[in-house]
Amino acid sequence: MRGLFRGLVPVCRKEFLHIVRDPGTLFFALLIPILQLFLFGFAVDTNVRQIPTVVLDESQTQESRRLLESFAGSDVFALRSYATSPEGLYETIRSGKARAGIRIPFDYARRLQDGTTATVLVLVDGSDSTVAGQAMSTSTGVALKESLVRVLPDGTLPIEVRPSVLYNPATRSANFFVPGLIAILLQVMIILLIALSLVREREHGTLEQLTMTPVAPLGLMVGKMIPYGVLAFGELCAILTVMRVVFLVPIHGSVFLLLALSAPFLLTVLGVGLVISTRAHTQAEAFQLAMGTILPSVFLSGYIFLIENMPLFFRGISQLIPATYYIEILRGIILRGAGMGELWVQALVLTLMGCAAILVAARLFVKQGAA
Amino acid sequence: MTAIIAADRLTIRFGAVTAVSDVSFEVAKGEIFGFLGPNGSGKTTIIKALCGLLTPSEGTGRILGMDIRKDAAEIRRHVGYMSQKFGLYEDLTVAENLAFYAGVYGLDGERAEERTHEVQKLTGIEPYMKRRAGQLSGGWKQRLALACAIIHSPEVLFLDEPTAGIDPVARRALWDLLFQLSGQGVTFFVTTHYMDEAERCGRVGYIYLSKLIAIGTVAELQKLPEANPAGTSRVQIDTANPSAMLDTVRGMAGVREATIFGRSIHALAETDGLGALRAKLPQARVETIEPSLEDVFVTLTYQIMEASR
Ligand SMILES: Nc1ncnc2c1ncn2[C@@H]1O[C@H](COP(=O)(O)OP(=O)(O)O)[C@@H](O)[C@H]1O
Ligand SMILES: [Mg+2]
Repeated sequence: MRGLFRGLVPVCRKEFLHIVRDPGTLFFALLIPILQLFLFGFAVDTNVRQIPTVVLDESQTQESRRLLESFAGSDVFALRSYATSPEGLYETIRSGKARAGIRIPFDYARRLQDGTTATVLVLVDGSDSTVAGQAMSTSTGVALKESLVRVLPDGTLPIEVRPSVLYNPATRSANFFVPGLIAILLQVMIILLIALSLVREREHGTLEQLTMTPVAPLGLMVGKMIPYGVLAFGELCAILTVMRVVFLVPIHGSVFLLLALSAPFLLTVLGVGLVISTRAHTQAEAFQLAMGTILPSVFLSGYIFLIENMPLFFRGISQLIPATYYIEILRGIILRGAGMGELWVQALVLTLMGCAAILVAARLFVKQGAA
Repeated sequence: MTAIIAADRLTIRFGAVTAVSDVSFEVAKGEIFGFLGPNGSGKTTIIKALCGLLTPSEGTGRILGMDIRKDAAEIRRHVGYMSQKFGLYEDLTVAENLAFYAGVYGLDGERAEERTHEVQKLTGIEPYMKRRAGQLSGGWKQRLALACAIIHSPEVLFLDEPTAGIDPVARRALWDLLFQLSGQGVTFFVTTHYMDEAERCGRVGYIYLSKLIAIGTVAELQKLPEANPAGTSRVQIDTANPSAMLDTVRGMAGVREATIFGRSIHALAETDGLGALRAKLPQARVETIEPSLEDVFVTLTYQIMEASR
């Protein structure tokens, strides 16, 4: 057992020395994820509110004004400008000054009184599908509610749905996106650091020297993982602090459990970094390979797109991506206050993936011979 | 003699490339064995195979009686290796480099301290212990690399082109160190492509195109029949302007090789034609000489090139 990890302690100690000898790299490695957190955390806000809207009210009646108030009251539409002709309405949308347009025809009030269907035109700029979707459903809702109020004699609705969002009551997108972002940022940082550290040794010839010593492959790999694992934990704590203090995302579950269940994910990405380092001959190659892991982790991990909505093939792929499980753990604990009972599967899968990655890296390393 | 290093018909292939072909030799205790060959001839590959880092495609080898195929891990504990690139961590200090290699070789605290002290004294690196390895001059880097390679008191040392790119004073200092260690019973396997360095070795092997072509002491090699073909003599032609005369000599009937050696020409000529040669070069002094090591290797290389044509 000791022989399996021979050389672990000196390798680990030496790796710590490399880290402290290069404070510039250390500083950027720790700072960049935090900066990115600020950048993405503020930029990604998918809640649609206050869509700039242009209005053409040809009816100019009490009824039409009442309808417009209804639209404005929804918080989704912000009635910004008023057009005087249909051409003006289209032009305002085309020029980008408004993303939605409402046209109430001349006969709106008359048709309401006659009991024939009054038509209101809602134009939506479809170039952003989230905005368009939100505008459509809200306008349908407004029309439905107005119609019912008119039809029902005493104006009270028989059914009222009061949607109440659990776990993220304000449906703030920061609450949803920032926990996922943690997984992505940690992953990129760790894979890069550990892969570059091993490839640098290959480039400088120290790896060749090491393979001629009694250091066991696992001793070398695990010895290198420990310092970067410690670094990653520090970074995780920093990111969680920023998330809590700056983005005001509350952590509903146990912070201790969150840190504990981060370990299997860190193990896995460290292992992936090592596998990459056995495939790369230069630091540039290692950099490219590390960057290659970002795209699938962003798009197929449930970070942006719901896994449930993916085609079967991609759903399968998402199950092979470590970030998928860690994002479930992060969102589970941070948003829903989930405990070990709900998350042990994810933790187990990540632990197995991590061990597999390290064993694969050690094998590839032995197979390669030296450098 | 009990061989400390023994290669037995070693053949190592990388896919279609044969890097080492049917190489056999033995090195005795305390010997400094020089391995000479041009770049890409297979020197580094042989060292890696002997240290158990590469499994030979055919043949086998023994280090200190241990099988290189089976006992690789044990072999590495008794063998020191200094790679072509030195293998130092340039951002760590001299002391930290030594401590790292002591740790990697499993020396415990007390033993590590004792050995660090010994190699410091041997290599004279004491004054630089706190300096970063990257700030040392080439010669001192190389001594530090040697110090790291012997920190675990290995019985066998493999040095892969240890003096490449080092100034002559540092080179000599390193060789003095090697002789000192070999006096203490350490066995050396040193690769080089410097001829003068090969001449310092007790025995020399010459590897060319992955084959071991010649092996023996310098004196034995100089007397090799292949290097002194029957009916030929090695001559030194002293003349005022050797470079002007080289083409003339090369064009003469009976002259097989000719090259400039300092202020004279060395030629391999048919013994029968020596009289004619002397007659044609009245101003020059023509003497028969022993071939130099370089002469031997050049002649052998020509023969191989000719045979493979
Ligand atoms: N890992 C490897 N894969 C493929 N070919 C290799 C490998 N290592 C060495 N070679 C080839 O084997 C030959 C001998 O290389 P090497 O032992 O490094 O020569 P030397 O040390 O004498 O310069 C070269 O042609 C080299 O390209
Ligand atoms: Mg070489």
